Amino acid sequence: MNNIGAYAVPCVIFIIVFCALVRKKPIFSPLCKGAEDGLVTVYKIAPTLIGLITAIEMFKVSGAMDILTSFFAPAAELIGLKKELVPLMLLRPVSGGGSTALLERMLNMYDSESDICRIACVMCAASETTFYTTTLYFGSVKIKKLRYTLAAALIGDVVAVAISNITVYFLF
Amino acid sequence: MLDYIWSGLMLISVITAVITGRAELLTQAVFEGSTAAVTLLISLCGGMALWSGIMEIARVCGITKAISKVLRPVIIRIFPDVADDSGICEAICMNISANMLGLGNAATPFGLKAMKLMANKQNSEIASSSMIRFVIINTASVQLIPTTVAQLRMEHGANNPMDILPAVWITSVASLVCALLAAVIFERVWRR
Repeated sequence: MNNIGAYAVPCVIFIIVFCALVRKKPIFSPLCKGAEDGLVTVYKIAPTLIGLITAIEMFKVSGAMDILTSFFAPAAELIGLKKELVPLMLLRPVSGGGSTALLERMLNMYDSESDICRIACVMCAASETTFYTTTLYFGSVKIKKLRYTLAAALIGDVVAVAISNITVYFLF
Repeated sequence: MLDYIWSGLMLISVITAVITGRAELLTQAVFEGSTAAVTLLISLCGGMALWSGIMEIARVCGITKAISKVLRPVIIRIFPDVADDSGICEAICMNISANMLGLGNAATPFGLKAMKLMANKQNSEIASSSMIRFVIINTASVQLIPTTVAQLRMEHGANNPMDILPAVWITSVASLVCALLAAVIFERVWRR
């Protein structure tokens, strides 16, 4: 049961290749054509990614992230949110690699069975990097006017934080 | 919007760095950040190429069509203006299925393809409701098997890394539903 996740990738590969063989469909040439498309996609998203990752790195290094965190910490304490979770809460919508690194650090610092770690893990598993995904997807098709995308997505993130706290509290 | 996000990040970073005396660190970050981005891109090439290739095999032998037939009724509800285009429907279905299996790398090519197909249907720089909902579904990320987090927990000696599964399901479904509801409400209220 613990390793079910590990089987996902091999299973998918097996099923697809097996199907193609059984149905006598071409295999290697769609593989190459698809791979070529994949590489072109990476090329297309390169500018967006470079611009965004650089900007986020600058934001973190300048200390603006820390200031934001300390700004929200008292408010978080007030509503019963553990203040250790605030940096992760703020970083999660912004940076996937950064939040994974933060999660790793938290798991190192606190007992992995503790509530803090549980909530942090649930938070990370239940949401995705909002800003990164949004700018990547819209940037790849050069759409500039996002309308209410961020508002709705951030509401989802806030709900994720709230519910992750509540579920861990009730289930553990 | 994208203009504001990026320029906001840039300006705030510079001002904050100057105030806190980290101007030199910031200069480093500019170069290190862009280098890190390229490193990431190179590492993405492998996954993207492989998964796009495998998914193309899936497409050629009809698997993607089958999956999208199954998911179509649900998809049409959420994306009303996509009903008449099976290409977009397929891409959206595969993206969502791959995401649910925790295969983020396989989902991204489909996601970008879906965006491209949706963008081709219109000629403006404004995001359509379908696009917005699609992006929201991707940012809310409902995974049946949260592989990365489980991996981390296991490495740090958790007794049962998967015991957070029900909590993860409840949380991700709740956040997805709320985000989509917000999107539906904003659709009527947000005038831009």
